Amino acid sequence: MNRVDAEKVIRRRTRRSFLFGGAVAAAAFVGGRWLYTRREDAGIRWPLRRALEINEQLARDFFDAGRLAPTFPVSMAKMPRANGGVGLRSSFDAAAWTLKVEGGRSDSPVTLAQVKDLPRVEIVTELKCIEGWSEVVHFTGARFSDFAAKYGAEDAVEYVGMETPDGEYYVGLDSDSAMHPQTLLCYEMDGKPLTAVHGAPLRLAIPVKYGLKSIKRIGTIRFAESRPADYWAERGYDWYVGL
Amino acid sequence: MTKIEHKHPLAIRWFHWINFPVLSLMIWSGMTIYWANDVYRIGAGEFTLFRFFPAWFYDAFDLASHLSQGMAWHFLFMWFFALNGVLYVLYTAISGEWRYLLPNRNSLREAIQVTLYDLGIRKVHPPPRKFNGAQQIAYTSIILMGAGSLATGLAIYKPVQFSWLTQALGGYPWARAEHFALTLGYLLFFCVHIAQVIRAGWNNFRAMVTGFELIEVEDPKK
Repeated sequence: MNRVDAEKVIRRRTRRSFLFGGAVAAAAFVGGRWLYTRREDAGIRWPLRRALEINEQLARDFFDAGRLAPTFPVSMAKMPRANGGVGLRSSFDAAAWTLKVEGGRSDSPVTLAQVKDLPRVEIVTELKCIEGWSEVVHFTGARFSDFAAKYGAEDAVEYVGMETPDGEYYVGLDSDSAMHPQTLLCYEMDGKPLTAVHGAPLRLAIPVKYGLKSIKRIGTIRFAESRPADYWAERGYDWYVGL
Repeated sequence: MTKIEHKHPLAIRWFHWINFPVLSLMIWSGMTIYWANDVYRIGAGEFTLFRFFPAWFYDAFDLASHLSQGMAWHFLFMWFFALNGVLYVLYTAISGEWRYLLPNRNSLREAIQVTLYDLGIRKVHPPPRKFNGAQQIAYTSIILMGAGSLATGLAIYKPVQFSWLTQALGGYPWARAEHFALTLGYLLFFCVHIAQVIRAGWNNFRAMVTGFELIEVEDPKK
């Protein structure tokens, strides 16, 4: 083939390829715009929300309560920074506090002494913040599963919701994660009683979730069949945030 | 005499051009996630040479205060990034294209020669073929880096379910740093890649779009 013919042929192929490639690129751009301009569902575009929900279903299918978060020697533990003051700003009398339980065996509140009567468990594990930092923390408390066995619903429920006494902060948990053996209702950190900024008198420590689920100053625990509201999930974050 | 020769298979061109926007989206969303805890720097002790990232960088690419949005994009497009990469590896393995792409025992020597030539130190280019030693090393490394991004990504996405992987990578904070370092590797690759594509010229670039290139061959009649 001489140069003129060869160039003619390749020019035709080039035009065809670039037109087709350009059309595909334009379609991808339109698709991206479409995604970027969808109506919001709890703080993010709804197709992204659906994608998070599909990831959640996959994660729940493969969730294995036998897989534990790595633990560390106590000497590595530090007090983490006190992120998140929502739910801790209302006036509060720790001495008069009792824990409300809804959907459980009885409607009577649970005292801190009753929580402390449950087997005492210590765990030194990483607290992982959704912001990306992590800190090795020493938590002491009662297993949530022990609490649920005594005060929870008679029949297994799918969800657990918790909120602060003022109702300002609230988290939703799938039951499998709440019942994980490392999930604690925690009353001590770093071997000392909880301080107010870390959620005295009782907080959650749930290593199978990002730290935002480790709610401080728990006022109410609710055993529920429907998905409980979650403070950060209403603000664009994944509801499940399972690790 | 001029000949039209088929250079890049259709599948490889698709994998390449799909990867470009998908990886770009992954890097953009990854940066918005990194922003929420931007602790990495180059320096020693008190001395910091460069901080990832300066404020102007976040402003220029609108990376600040989109953590939730960034996570949602990242955890959607991770599937496309992984799928495209796995299909590419399967395709190159089954089609035999791996023969051009995998480095062999001469690749390192040739890569040094090519680099010296490109820097203007060496006068003679090694005999051209589809991918030279430098390209073989680069294009194989980038796939290994992709696999590394998937591994380190999984290690920080599900560090309890895959704690064995997270621990094997040096623990959660290290896995995060490795995931970030690989991204810097992509950006470095991108800069060199673009420079080389510009140097190589239109015929070479066109081959990555159309699949064909024009080559001059000796006229047998002469």
